[in-house]
This record gives sequence, C-alpha cells and structure tokens, in this order.
Amino acid sequence: MSEALLSTVAVSGGFDDPVFQAQAVFRALMDAMARPGTVHDLPVSIAPPAPLGQGSGAVALAICDPDTPVWLGEGADSESVRAWLSFQCGAPVARDADRSAFAFARGTNMPAMDAFAIGTQEYPDRSTTLVVEVEALEGGVRLRLDGPGIDGQRVVGPVGLPEDFVAQRAANRALFPRGVDVVLVAGLRMMALPRSTVVSHVNETEAG
Amino acid sequence: MSAATALGEDLATYNFAYLDEQTKRMIRRAILKAIAIPGYQVPFASREMPMPYGWGTGGVQVTASILGPQDVLKVIDQGADDTTNAVSIRAFFQKVASVAVTTKTREATIIQTRHRIPEEKLQAGQVLVYQVPIPEPLRFLEPRETETRKMHALEEYGLMHVKLYEDIARHGHIATTYAYPVLVSGRYVMDPSPTPKFDNPKMDMSEALQLFGAGREKRIYAIPPHTRVVSLDFEDHPFEIQTFDEPCALCGAEGVYLDEVILDDRGGRMFVCSDTDHCEDRRAAGHRGSMSPDEAYAGHGKGEGEAAR
Repeated sequence: MSEALLSTVAVSGGFDDPVFQAQAVFRALMDAMARPGTVHDLPVSIAPPAPLGQGSGAVALAICDPDTPVWLGEGADSESVRAWLSFQCGAPVARDADRSAFAFARGTNMPAMDAFAIGTQEYPDRSTTLVVEVEALEGGVRLRLDGPGIDGQRVVGPVGLPEDFVAQRAANRALFPRGVDVVLVAGLRMMALPRSTVVSHVNETEAG
Repeated sequence: MSAATALGEDLATYNFAYLDEQTKRMIRRAILKAIAIPGYQVPFASREMPMPYGWGTGGVQVTASILGPQDVLKVIDQGADDTTNAVSIRAFFQKVASVAVTTKTREATIIQTRHRIPEEKLQAGQVLVYQVPIPEPLRFLEPRETETRKMHALEEYGLMHVKLYEDIARHGHIATTYAYPVLVSGRYVMDPSPTPKFDNPKMDMSEALQLFGAGREKRIYAIPPHTRVVSLDFEDHPFEIQTFDEPCALCGAEGVYLDEVILDDRGGRMFVCSDTDHCEDRRAAGHRGSMSPDEAYAGHGKGEGEAAR
C-alpha cells in the first residue's frame, strides 16, 4: 500500500464526536462488565480499516491511548490498522502479548489466554483485557455464567470461540484475582466476560 | 451577535465534565478493572480538582468519567441533598457538564454520595458513586501500604477479626458503627467508606452498580450488581444494624437511619430521617411525625408534648 493511501486510511473512520462517542462506548463497556453476558449495542458510527472489526475499533478508540500498549492478533492486524490506531488514539503496538494492556484478536484464531498478562497477586489489575471478534453473540454453544453481576445464572451462546474456550476460562478463573478479562464483539454489539465470571457448558451441569 | 456571544462562551468552557479525555480514559480503565475484581482497590492517577481533598475529589473524578449528556445526577451528603458538599458538587456538574440534576432517588441514573446509601431500593441501571476518605480497611491496623497490599494478596484478614474481637472484649459487643468492614464476593475485605453500618445490608446483592473513589489516596474500587457483600462478624456475635427507639419526628418513618438534631440547651432534641428525599416523599404522601409543623400549627400542642417526653 502506498504512503498516500495509507495516510488517508489512517485519518478517516474514527469517531465523529470523540468526547461523547467515547463516553457512550465506555458506558456500554462498564454496563457489560458489571452484568457479564448481557449484550450491549455500541451506539457509534465507526469504520476502522480491515481486518479490524467495528466493535473492536470502537473499544480501542474509547479506552486506548499512548499509555496502553495494544497487541494485535491474526485477523486484527495489518499495516492500515497499525497506522489507524497510531493516528486515532496514539496507542503503541506491543510485540509481546504479555506486555499489552489491550489485545485484539479473532475468536477463530485467538491465542491461548495464558499468553497474556495476568497481573500479580498484589496488583491483579496489571493484566491484559482481551477483545475478541466473534461471528455472533447468540445462537452458539450454550454457556452458563455464574459470578458477581449475575442474578442467579445467565446462559449465553456466542458463535466462533475456540473449542477449548471453557477450559481456558476455567484455568483463567483459577488464577483469581489474577487473570484476563474478555470482551466479545460482533459488529457493533458486545458482551463482557470479566475474570470473576465462571463459565461452564450448560449440558455438563444440567441433569434435565 | 448571538454567534459571537456563543463563540465567546465556548472559549471559556471546560471540556465536558471538566476532566480532559486522557484522564477520563485512565479512570475509565481503572473502573473496568475494579468491576472485574470486586472489592480490589485499583490505583489510579488522581488529579487535582477545583476543591480540596476531603471534599469528595475521588467521587467527583469517578462521576466525571462515567457521566454522559443523558444522565440525571443526584448528589447527597450524609443523606441530604441540601447540605454544603452536595450543593456544591451538584452545582459543579451543572456548570461543567450541563447535566440534568434531581433530588429524587428514583429519577437519578447516577447518585454520588458521601456517607449514606439512599433508603429507597436502588434499581438496575443506577450507579452509586461513593466518596471515600480512607479506602484501605486495614490501614489503622497496619500503616504500611506494602504490608496491607501483601495481606490482601494472601487473603490474610486475621488482623481484622482480631480488631473486631478486641471490640467485644472491651465493650461486650462489636463497637464499630461506621466504615464497618465487609467481605466482597468471598475474596476481598473492603471499606464501605464511612457509611453507618445500618447501610451495609443495602450493599449486598444490590441491583445497582456501586463505584468507590478515593481522591487523596488514589484508589478506585467497585461492587458489581448482584454481588455478595457480607459484614464481618462472629457466630456468637452476629452483625447487627443500629435500631432507633422512636420514628422520624417529621414523617414518622421507622426502620430508617435517623439524625439527632439538638433543639435547645435543656436537652431538647429530635430525630429525623437522614435521607431528606425519602422524608419529603413520605410527607408528601401524607405521613406525619410527632413534630410535623402542620400538626403543631393545628393547635393541639400534641407534637410538642410528645417531643418533650
């Protein structure tokens, strides 16, 4: 891609109204984290360059900046994406996944969760938040969620997660309070699975 | 002319909600971590605010970072909407964010509070923002941050139980009445800020998201909705909340937290609701207490007689 085209890509497709759109995306994220498994709309128009999805782009511009190294996985990374993130929010790209504050990946080929920063027992907040693009947030294998923010239990069915996602989450939950927080995005819709949430297969635990 | 005036006003205004965007992002990231690790105190780079530490700078920074143009803000200080701290913080956000404000608990989307939880049950979608002076529940037992951090890391809370036990040994009961320590989601011992222990049960399995901001101490922590919050106690000395002998003198409410108001220098006093909105609501609905003005004016002298008893 030529230099000129690259710069055009980098400077377009961001928030029209950075202050209020960032606030709107953050509030959706906050509600999603506070109520794991609930689906939230991201009320913004945004056009990040391929292959970064709209939802991932919105999350990135809302909370990433020069203080937050980001890691880009296969299916979220390209020269254009790097230029776009650099121009739009100034976030440096981290070479190593475990040095990143935010990581963007695709569900179909996301690295194992233990590749990311999990924080320390004293400072569990020094961990990576993993933003995963999935095909859809509903209609997939049914997963049961338990934990803070959930009244009783909640069942979700995201489509396009790795097969061993539940096992990875169990290993992640065992590290608590350390661990990786996960945000699932599909288009401009999103749900969060903070580290406090216990994820299990519905059929595993249900007798009927 | 109007365009020129508008431009002049624009030049003089702050960024929405006072804080710059990078500060908001930093605080927002801390809030997200705080929600993901219920009860854990997330360090954040607290800013100087146009009010002194101790006036709610932590709560103000949290509110400023989550606030949007659609929000309706309520601010209370010891339960009251009309005391100095509440009035000035409300005016601050009206000025720097042009946000809608209310005194009605049920109309608010964000409630910033100093030392009380409203009597009315909070709803899903509401956010309660606490102003916190000392976020570390172990601080008066262990002054070193390195040590308290290790105690939280190792879930080593024996010292807190010793403190409560010493209360019992000295006074015969747990004498802590405010900032009563709680265990959040079975993991972190947390300071609920200097709310009376009367309010502790309201934190348990609340519908609302609860955020805590400590400006001087630079910590943010949170309790998501539907999260277990247990007040520490012993099997033979279970946790109990305060009870009051008489109902509110203005609205007759029982089972609410009351403030004592001294009336004269001869021992005259009255007990009234600490939650002014709750009290006004009840009076508007026709409830009367022993010292309600309209009863006193009715000429029977009944109100005064009861108060003097």
